[in-house]
Amino acid sequence: MRLSRFPTSDYAFKLVAAALAASALVILLLMGYTLLSSSIPVLKRFGLYFFTGTKWNSAAGKEIYGALPYMLGTLVTSAIALIIGVPISLGIAIFLSEMSPRGIRIPVSNLVELLAAVPSVIYGLWGFFVFRFFIADYIETPLSTYFGWIPIFSGPPIGVDVLTAGCILAIMIIPTVSSVSREVISAVPNSVREGAYSIGATRWEVTRNWVLGYARSGLFGAVILGLGRAVGETIAVSMVIGNTIGPSALPTSLLKPGQTMSSLILNLFFEATPGTQEFSAILGVGLFLMVLAFSINIIARLMVTRVLKVKGGAIE
Amino acid sequence: MKISKKGISTITVALTVVLIIVVIAAAAYIAVDTGKSTTVTATTTKISTSISTSVTTSISTSVTTTSSTKSQSFSLDGAGSTFVYPLMSAWITQYTSLYPNIQINYQSIGSGAGITDLEGHTVDYAASDAPLQAADQAKAPKALTIPDAIGSVTVAYNLPHIASGLNLTGAVMAQIFAGNITKWNDPAILSLQTNATLKAALPNQQIIVVHRSDSSGTSFTFTGFLTEDSAAWAKEVGQAKAPTWPTGYGANGNAGVAGFVQGTHYTMGYVELAYALTSTPKITVAAVQNPAGDYVLPTQATSAAAATALPSLPAGNASWASVNLLNQAGAGTYPIVTFTYIFVYQDLSVNTAQTSGKSAAGATALVQFLWWVVTTGQQQNMALGYVPLPQNVVTLDEQTIQSITYNGQSLLTT
Repeated sequence: MRLSRFPTSDYAFKLVAAALAASALVILLLMGYTLLSSSIPVLKRFGLYFFTGTKWNSAAGKEIYGALPYMLGTLVTSAIALIIGVPISLGIAIFLSEMSPRGIRIPVSNLVELLAAVPSVIYGLWGFFVFRFFIADYIETPLSTYFGWIPIFSGPPIGVDVLTAGCILAIMIIPTVSSVSREVISAVPNSVREGAYSIGATRWEVTRNWVLGYARSGLFGAVILGLGRAVGETIAVSMVIGNTIGPSALPTSLLKPGQTMSSLILNLFFEATPGTQEFSAILGVGLFLMVLAFSINIIARLMVTRVLKVKGGAIE
Repeated sequence: MKISKKGISTITVALTVVLIIVVIAAAAYIAVDTGKSTTVTATTTKISTSISTSVTTSISTSVTTTSSTKSQSFSLDGAGSTFVYPLMSAWITQYTSLYPNIQINYQSIGSGAGITDLEGHTVDYAASDAPLQAADQAKAPKALTIPDAIGSVTVAYNLPHIASGLNLTGAVMAQIFAGNITKWNDPAILSLQTNATLKAALPNQQIIVVHRSDSSGTSFTFTGFLTEDSAAWAKEVGQAKAPTWPTGYGANGNAGVAGFVQGTHYTMGYVELAYALTSTPKITVAAVQNPAGDYVLPTQATSAAAATALPSLPAGNASWASVNLLNQAGAGTYPIVTFTYIFVYQDLSVNTAQTSGKSAAGATALVQFLWWVVTTGQQQNMALGYVPLPQNVVTLDEQTIQSITYNGQSLLTT
């Protein structure tokens, strides 16, 4: 590029834009480096126990850090969120893209996306003061009364437990999963639908076999995106999950309190002094959480763009 | 996009504007940060000069300072215990209305976090219900311990149809909090009750244990009591600001535990006396057995009784790690009582980033506040649900505060 040919404003703009783009990458790298370097002491000292052990004690001389209960807690709450949230989101997406009258498509989809605009702390507040009583009275009390003998349903039905956290997470992932699913289902070329109708398939058969089948990897990507959001949720989960620590945090029952990786970091954050083993352990949990969230998001994006890209080449 | 060759493109203009805003903001921040002690609005100087002349003559304890602080304004930072927060708030409100040129901020983030801030020199003083342990003393060398109030830890519970009268002992509570006793009508609990109607009314329901999820001096005191009364608890869990609770639900802060217990039936948790006395609706508390064998309800009178039977106390600059007011002798003494402390460095010049470390005048402002807290401020304790310090502790505190220096220079002379 010969400088004299172009106005300097162009060159300056290109520099500034490149610097801003690079700064995003620099921030990511810095975060990763800080987490890794600060958690090395505890990883070196405890090694595999950090990922497989359950005890957590920060008293000087009796220190031991095992993060397994919190990893399982994140897994279980996210799984509950997916089991409850994905069918609802798919239903919303199919309704909006296939069956609803054209006039209400945009208003209803905007309403659903408003759910994503609610701040996470409001979900936590509402969850602790309103929603948990609803779940306690209508879901947990019957479960506990009739099925309390099954270990997975044992525990006091007061609404502060893994099940409530999972339900709130389900509500939080509905907007994400439904909007991406709607896009993906709309991206299925009309030629596929027309071909299916032409051989005599019913509406449900077209949707189930052809449309959803075509958009399968995209839908899977949308679900993984929702999972990525559920894994990282902190405040809303911490308010309703019961904040236990150590071996009692293992999610052995839906109705027992637990702890996720993100809520653990929130609870222990204030007392962590830089340089101590406990600080190192907290950052180790943070590192694992970040790596998990990153990989989930990368996989999701790859799957979603794969379906959206094909649209360009198909016959409309 | 057409860019005019002659003029500057709109994007460059926008970016330049953003850059200018950032530079202005940074400059303003730096100016405000260094100029905090000297920038005062016209009205505040007027009020401060008129009040300061009347107040200096009416202060009951005569204190002369080595440097004048009345015309300058200072901003002091404290952090720590949630227990002492209502009282600290009242102290700060009263003190700043007497001396409007002093601004004091207190962050109620928990005793553990307050001690961390003290070690990091990010506060002028820290408040905590737990004394500095050996590890903390190593990280905060030459920190002074100044007890500023006495409080007690109550055992709160929520049972429908039972408004009062539950009796508990330390040994039984240790079993409940360890998860060994799970039902309200367990024989061990029934055997402690003297009220026949209450005994019959205890339901066959699971006890929902509530504890603190954050690092807390209240937890330290409570687990200290359980450690003294139960060898099994001492071995399994011990005394800590953030112990590994074997069972139960975690809530944040004294207020969090109080809210949880009040909002859910069949719960049992521990909250400081001030929260139990001043919350609406009233929290139901249990009577705990003291070493004399009596079941005592936690009140300000029974907590004050623990302070009158005090053993000898260490000097302000010595270690207070073994000081506790648990299980004190006396028939009407409540057994779970604690001092709440303020920690401050003996030589304030080490707080280089804080008001108390930047100038002798700032250090004097802090020292005068602390003096006021342990003398005049104690008049506020009873009304808010705390217990005022007995006279021998006040005298000890006065000696400690007089030993505070700035760069070796003494700040208070009486």
